[in-house]
Amino acid sequence: MAFVENLTLFVLAGFLGYELITKIPATLHTPLISGTNAISGITLIGSVVVAGSGHSTLASVLGFFAVVLATVNVVGGYLVSHQMLRNFGRRRGE
Amino acid sequence: MAGLLDGLPQDTLPLVYLVSGVLFIVGLRKLTHPRTAEQGNLISATGMALAVGVTVLWFEILEPLVLGAALLVGAGIGTWLAVSVETTEMPQLIGVFNGFGGGASALVAGAELVGQVGALGASGLSATATGAAAVTGLIGAVTFCGSLVAAGKLHGIYENPIHYPAENAIKVGVLSVAVSAGLVLVTRIDLVPMGELVAPYWALLAVASVLGVLLVVPIGGADMPVVIALLNAFSGLAAASTGFVLNNSVLIIAGTLVGASGLILTRIMCRSMNRSLVNVLFGGHGGPTATSGAEAD
Repeated sequence: MAFVENLTLFVLAGFLGYELITKIPATLHTPLISGTNAISGITLIGSVVVAGSGHSTLASVLGFFAVVLATVNVVGGYLVSHQMLRNFGRRRGE
Repeated sequence: MAGLLDGLPQDTLPLVYLVSGVLFIVGLRKLTHPRTAEQGNLISATGMALAVGVTVLWFEILEPLVLGAALLVGAGIGTWLAVSVETTEMPQLIGVFNGFGGGASALVAGAELVGQVGALGASGLSATATGAAAVTGLIGAVTFCGSLVAAGKLHGIYENPIHYPAENAIKVGVLSVAVSAGLVLVTRIDLVPMGELVAPYWALLAVASVLGVLLVVPIGGADMPVVIALLNAFSGLAAASTGFVLNNSVLIIAGTLVGASGLILTRIMCRSMNRSLVNVLFGGHGGPTATSGAEAD
């Protein structure tokens, strides 16, 4: 049953993501990639659950590296997007 | 369910995830308009902080020091890279971050399989878990290696397309080896003994990593932005299928949003170059071949 519920979320979120990106100026392509890339770091949540669960030493070690990679993705991703968009705003303001 | 938020009802966690999902949607929406883009990024970051924070506090963390260290190391590296990067080098850094996200998803799915086999034995794995893990491993490893190659090309390490004989046949061959490893994992045919390490999964990762390199190496440096956009969509899909492995709603919602919006953006970018995605990925020379997809927005 969980699978069907997950599938429902997947299909609906897929259509939603499709509809969200309609008209987008070319200058925003790179910031959008950067911003959505940071969102895909959501896998950090999975890493945290697996790393902390203490199932086995190996699982914890793998989880540790997953948390490091995903945190780099999330923190770095949001910061780079922020810098990019700030520059963008400044250019527009001039 | 014995973390710091012990007294709260069971449904609290999924409800907070729902709020995070909404913040991602609003943030993504605002990211598509010049005036609201910066605000959109902050809203989506808030959703992320909320989701991660509540997850850390909710679950009983058996090794809080290890987790804390991992979070600190990752945040340190991410901040350092983002702060020290030159504006012109940002696209390749995004590529690297993107690869890390895909790699993390692949590791999480593997760790979860190893953990479940350790706790319940190989027979305790459901076909849904192994199937979703196989998809995660394939997409995640292709994203990891492909993104690193793409970032290297953007950085100017070797921009020219590198061609090898029978390119497309080799790609298809390697893909089918990876898919076979996935099928062994799901059906548990004892071609490869599973063991506590869940060997077929790691074999799948290794082959998929090679595939990631093979796919990106023949593409010219000028086409890398499209490749990064596509791999970004892949890393979202990898996160979504990790959500299927872990039964986690916010992973599925956020990952799928990124996957779908990334695919659309990839299409828009191809169209603005007047080329098809197939032409960019497999056309080889990076030369513009006119396609009929140049309809106005």
